[in-house]
Amino acid sequence: MNGGQTMTTHALLQLALRSAAVGYVSLLILFPLAAIAHQSFVGGIGHFIQDIATPQASSALALTLEAAFITTVINALFGTLSAIVLVRYEFPGRWFLNALVDLPFAIPTLVVGLMIAAIYGPTSILGVWLQQGGVTVLYNKPGIVLAMLFVTMPFTIRSLQPVLMELEREQEEAAFTLGANPWTTFWKVTVPSVLPGLLTGVFLTFVRALGEFGSIVIVAGNIPMKTQVASVYVYGEIESYNPQGATSVSVFILLISFLVLILLERLTRPPGERMPRWFRWSKRPLSIIRPSEIG
Amino acid sequence: MMRRLFIGSVWLYFALLLIGPILYLAVQSFNEGIVAFWNEVTKPEALHGFTLTLEITAIVLVVNLVFGTITALVLVRQHFAGRTMLSGLIDLPFSVSPVIAGFMLILLFGPETILGTFFGTLGVKVLFAMPAMVLATLFATFPFVVRELTPLLQTIGTDAEEAARTLGANEWQVFLKVTLPMLRWGFVYGATLTVARAIGEFGAVLVVSGNILMLTQTATLHIYQSYVDFNYVGANAVALTLLAVSFAILTVLELAKAKAAATVA
Amino acid sequence: MKIEVRGLTKQFGSVQAVSGVSFQVKEGELLGLLGPSGSGKTTVLRSIAGLETPSGGDIYIDGKRVNDLSVQDRNIGFVFQHYALFKHLTVFENIAFGLKIKKWKPAEIEQRVAELLQLMSLDALEHRYPHQLSGGQRQRVAIARSLAPRPSVLLLDEPFGAVDAKVRQELREWLIRLHDHLNVTSLFVTHDQEEAMEVSGRIIVFSKGKLEQIGSPAEVYEEPATEFVARFIGAMNILEGRVLNGVVKIGSLEFPAPNLPDHVSVQVGFRPYYVKVSEDPQRYRQTATLRHIYFLGVAYRLEIETAEGLILRSRMNKEEFRQYRFEVSQPVSFAVTHFRFLPQEGMPFPSPTPPQLLDAGPFTP
Repeated sequence: MNGGQTMTTHALLQLALRSAAVGYVSLLILFPLAAIAHQSFVGGIGHFIQDIATPQASSALALTLEAAFITTVINALFGTLSAIVLVRYEFPGRWFLNALVDLPFAIPTLVVGLMIAAIYGPTSILGVWLQQGGVTVLYNKPGIVLAMLFVTMPFTIRSLQPVLMELEREQEEAAFTLGANPWTTFWKVTVPSVLPGLLTGVFLTFVRALGEFGSIVIVAGNIPMKTQVASVYVYGEIESYNPQGATSVSVFILLISFLVLILLERLTRPPGERMPRWFRWSKRPLSIIRPSEIG
Repeated sequence: MMRRLFIGSVWLYFALLLIGPILYLAVQSFNEGIVAFWNEVTKPEALHGFTLTLEITAIVLVVNLVFGTITALVLVRQHFAGRTMLSGLIDLPFSVSPVIAGFMLILLFGPETILGTFFGTLGVKVLFAMPAMVLATLFATFPFVVRELTPLLQTIGTDAEEAARTLGANEWQVFLKVTLPMLRWGFVYGATLTVARAIGEFGAVLVVSGNILMLTQTATLHIYQSYVDFNYVGANAVALTLLAVSFAILTVLELAKAKAAATVA
Repeated sequence: MKIEVRGLTKQFGSVQAVSGVSFQVKEGELLGLLGPSGSGKTTVLRSIAGLETPSGGDIYIDGKRVNDLSVQDRNIGFVFQHYALFKHLTVFENIAFGLKIKKWKPAEIEQRVAELLQLMSLDALEHRYPHQLSGGQRQRVAIARSLAPRPSVLLLDEPFGAVDAKVRQELREWLIRLHDHLNVTSLFVTHDQEEAMEVSGRIIVFSKGKLEQIGSPAEVYEEPATEFVARFIGAMNILEGRVLNGVVKIGSLEFPAPNLPDHVSVQVGFRPYYVKVSEDPQRYRQTATLRHIYFLGVAYRLEIETAEGLILRSRMNKEEFRQYRFEVSQPVSFAVTHFRFLPQEGMPFPSPTPPQLLDAGPFTP
């Protein structure tokens, strides 16, 4: 076997692998996206606006955005706190809590809905107690936020933990030797170093919350104009054979998700790089998240 | 003082959000006694749901491992136009709502589309049948294996593979004896996440399956059906079974993490 | 005295990292702290900086006790082994960081940074980020950053440990020139004896948290105060034996020890270049077999084995080597021209003993 032949077989193998990968991803991801884009174009921009402006659709979208926003804020706060506590403190039960963080990735979202409905519902002591306090969780906004919080819980924690662990003590010490006090050091050195991790967690939380369906369909029910979120609305439109309405709201949600992800890329781009990663011929593949870092 | 406050609030956060609901569901499932629980879990509809979920999960796992590995290898080792575009596409399923994912499949394979007509003339039923359910689950789980393997492939580099080649191993031997073993914890991790997601997938499968009793009703769909029919004991019983599976999965994840950390160190 | 350390001790849990170290550093000195890893040298440096709190002892900078001063107030420059550059800031911003903290005026900052950029040959790189620089460039930025606020003392922790050999050599020369130019009192930690010898005016050798010796490179090399220093710095033949009737006999080698009491066990040390070897079996008093010849570039090292199985190393320069026609396995004659008794714990004589000359003369039966 001479060198020329090996090169050829090698090149052929490479080509075959590449075709398989590109073909598979196209079939699985690109074609479905193209299908919904096509459906959306068929309707045209006028229809699109009309569809999402109907009272039912617009209220579903508004509710989804609002709940996702609240979820993101709570998740960012408690996620950051949890990540710091889990990384920096030694305490009984730390290992246990740390392992639990992955649980929302392992539990079916539908089961999440059932759990929240059970414990915060009108039949449980906690639910009754909350009800007396004037807080209705089930078939109400708090339930939606709780469901979203549960399924997005790992994002902030898991994207902050590695950054916090890798945070070089040396960088903070360098700032000290240059005369910076702990407060200045925290804001000028620590925060900028962990910011990309935090932003990744926060933005992914928002996107994930926007699309959540399984848990919310149980917890929130399907009351139009009141507890119907976008994904439930889309499901309803599909069930009632209205592909156009489903398409418009879907595309709207997809567009927001993509915009958020593009913004995330822009914000977490390594300093000094002008081009977004997906335009560059970079050696490093674009990786928005690595599941094990998050789940 | 601050320390106590922080640790306390984290415990409370976890208790209210995770631990409480899980324990309560477990208690609720046995509300009507263990016999009722057993009857619900062994009902023909429930058993059919478990079997279907298992079948779909098995198919999805195999396909994902094969194509996930190929895609990760291509992504890390090959440079070609559109490579970063491909990379971007892989992450997409993470950010697409399951309902929308299912809906996209309906639009793609609906009776009036090219693909729909094509499969229709072949006599293959895609929508409201196994193929669409598998496709929907594949869509949702595709990133897991790829995204576990790509960073690993980048870290391990090609040194060991080249060493194997200098020792006379052919490409297939290199792959089987060097590349695969080095990736093993990535595989375990990616596969476990895939299984977890495949078992738990609901929205996309609900949309494309038609939710037909004893035919296209997976375990999660069966839970949903029971809940909608006010059979809370049934819903909770099957849910608790899946929850037990989740804990098994979590254990595997933790073990894989520990092993992987030990291997790297 | 610029820096004075008195009885410094540091305990990490049950580990005694530094025990009772005292030394002084003169104004403008370039001093190397040398020792294997875990010898406590970095802990000493970090204690001077204020990054570690000593368990005991005092530290003075400019005659002022600084134990209770925070890092921020000690006015020291610190260079970290792994650069510790701020990844989110450009080269310019990194260097300007300390000046901004100290509230310098923008124009002054601009000028000072430009000065340092030029001094460290970083002119074209001021807008780059750390991840866009090579290892050598990063370390130069780190040095520039530490020098910017005009520290009274510059402390460097293994400054060249993270770069490859060639860049390390360049950076050493940089540091020497920089020190000549700025004359700032500098302490640097290294585990590389060659680096310590080349760069420092004086060296402090550490082992197991204790100060072993302090002196010029030549002193430390020629007159090692302890067995550890002898073994750690440069190559040395070390043999063990017992004193009997004023002589230490090791195999066929004899070392006179007129002042030592009988039956004391001692270590005899001699540098390889004090071992003379000849292919002529009659030339020197002792005989051995040549085992290996190592070519070291500027010199050769010979390994010889005596009839009793003692293995000794000899070193000779190229010119000397060329006078002979050595072949491996051939019988040779040799002599040890200088030796010293190495100080050991419990030795009955003060250390170090002066080097002693031996008669290298021809073999006389």
